[in-house]
Amino acid sequence: MQFLNQAIEFKPLAEHAALTFAARVSTRELLAFCTAAHQAERRLIALWGSDERDRDAKFGYALHLAFDLAEGLVCLTLPLPTENPEFPDLALAFPAADRMQRTVRDLLGAAPQDGDQRPWLRHANWPADHYPLRRDTPDTRFATCNENYPFVRVEGDGVHEVAVGPIHAGIIEPGHFRFSVMGESVLRLEERLGWKHKGIERRFVGMALSDGARLAGRVSGDSTVAYAWAYSQAAEAISGTPPPPRALWLRALLLEHERVANHLGDLGYLGNDVALAFGLTQFMRLKEDWTRLNARLFGHRLLMDRIVPGGIAVDLDAQGAQAVIDHCHTLANEVRQLKKIYDEHAGLQDRFLSTGRITPQLAKRLGMIGLAGRASAQAWDLRCNHPCEPYDQLAPKMVIERNGDVAARALVRFAEISESLHLIHKIASDLPPGPIRSEFFSAADRRGFGWIEGWRGDVLVALETGTDGQIRRCHCHDPSWQNWPALEHAAIDNIVPDFPLINKSFNLSYAGQDL
Amino acid sequence: MIPLLRQILRTGIVSEPAPTVDDALCATTERLSNALTRQLGRALVIRHIDAGSCNGCELEIHALNNPYYNLEAMGIKFAASPRHADLLLVTGPVAKNMEVALKRAYAATPEPKLVVAVGDCGCTGGLFGESYASCGRVSNIIPVDVSIPGCPPTPLQLIQGILAAITPAADSTS
Repeated sequence: MQFLNQAIEFKPLAEHAALTFAARVSTRELLAFCTAAHQAERRLIALWGSDERDRDAKFGYALHLAFDLAEGLVCLTLPLPTENPEFPDLALAFPAADRMQRTVRDLLGAAPQDGDQRPWLRHANWPADHYPLRRDTPDTRFATCNENYPFVRVEGDGVHEVAVGPIHAGIIEPGHFRFSVMGESVLRLEERLGWKHKGIERRFVGMALSDGARLAGRVSGDSTVAYAWAYSQAAEAISGTPPPPRALWLRALLLEHERVANHLGDLGYLGNDVALAFGLTQFMRLKEDWTRLNARLFGHRLLMDRIVPGGIAVDLDAQGAQAVIDHCHTLANEVRQLKKIYDEHAGLQDRFLSTGRITPQLAKRLGMIGLAGRASAQAWDLRCNHPCEPYDQLAPKMVIERNGDVAARALVRFAEISESLHLIHKIASDLPPGPIRSEFFSAADRRGFGWIEGWRGDVLVALETGTDGQIRRCHCHDPSWQNWPALEHAAIDNIVPDFPLINKSFNLSYAGQDL
Repeated sequence: MIPLLRQILRTGIVSEPAPTVDDALCATTERLSNALTRQLGRALVIRHIDAGSCNGCELEIHALNNPYYNLEAMGIKFAASPRHADLLLVTGPVAKNMEVALKRAYAATPEPKLVVAVGDCGCTGGLFGESYASCGRVSNIIPVDVSIPGCPPTPLQLIQGILAAITPAADSTS
């Protein structure tokens, strides 16, 4: 198979839920492919590296890229020399590649030839030449160091810096934001993340294939269903054992449950951030009802560990399905009432409208994805673009807004709740009968990919087993990688006090990108 | 305004009674003196610190402020600064990159102070354990008074643990 008029022969990978293709490429081919993908306005999904020195003494490292093409998921692997492993800087075509490239350098020691050379996930707490993802690197902990990270300085009369974090004022994950401000206006925001880096990718190495789902489900707890499903897709591709249809339908039910729960919480906090505490109270009440329904029917409030390689851990009986349908009706009505109140609340609309705006042009240039991308007219939704079962039969409607401001991101959430409730209703009514788990076993030396539209956007899991059938490499990609840089743009020209509101309207994962 | 008020009236008060204290969660027998716990007892200020969680525990901590659990009605509230706090509620295995920030927040909290470690990760390091990037459980870095296991612990378990930290020990009389 060839794509984008490039003379690269891609091999289709069998047993994948989404059409998936892979090829090894040279640097020249990679650059040509990236240019073509950029011109065709396709997306870079993920970029990661791996240590292959035990397989090839000369080309001992590899850089991997996953693209979303019209035909499906397309993965390119660029072998890198063992001595001086370097790869071309791809951030000009795909700005989101910048931090991923720096991470490959921090964890694996394969570096981009050009572009930003500052560390990203490494905070001087391990030496610069200690690469945790190299197989021969010992798992040592070093003494803590204070890092002097070179933030970009904005200079001029009256410009000053506001430093926020890593510990934020609220129940939030840690990160550091450096604002350069003039009066109240933000001239520039620079993010420094990586505080939560806890070595997940290294932790995966050597785990049993079936056990990895638990860890994948804890890359970003609020997207546990999306991660567990993506991981299971990858593991099932390796095993060559597709799960039974009923399991797939139930997985979609859980995924939509997760989407609704998170959107409800966000809409509440968006109200709270513009001093409408009423909104927080109401939406958090609805969210709690929803989480309790999860606990009652599936045994876990956040639905952790419900999706397992091979299928699903809990079934839903007819009574449970009816309870879900009934709850959908109640919730849809409640949300409709609250939307009306939000729509008519002048104070709220005044703060929402035109705040933290990303125009469609800028969103396209930055390669934004997921919910925040759709609020800026980026029509990417895996459930519609590359639907796996059961989405191919459910035909979900994609929600698109064009304004790209806080109000647009709130509207996308409202509309997606309504669409998800509709989907949940359909799933619960049409659940195919049959078993919920098929036999699952590992296979040696295989690769598998999983790709799921979580509530934030694309979650990608790239999985590989070694000769012993255990996990050799597992890379989990969070959509926040693409959208964090966009938040820096969204803050420009807004006032500092509006930043929490803008940040909440994106609600990106720190844990998911810090790994 | 009228639909808003109508919604409030229609919802009514949904708060539920507080759960009982779970003394088994206390990680240490060295409790604050009863005189102090009585002071803190119903006017406790918490500073939450995420030292490296997956953010699952945060979702449940958020739920504490929903109208069902209504933590503030028990006189317990969250503050934005450790300098205003009596209790640090710490989640996650302590990421190596968060070690200094956690120690500084602990140092900034005025005495007497309590620390509650939240979740399997906070109690034991959980799935992430100890590695080049993770220091493991919270008590590896700062002293912990109460540990609340669970992945994540439910809001009720969280309240039980928080109350355990501020309820006078039954067997002492000081």
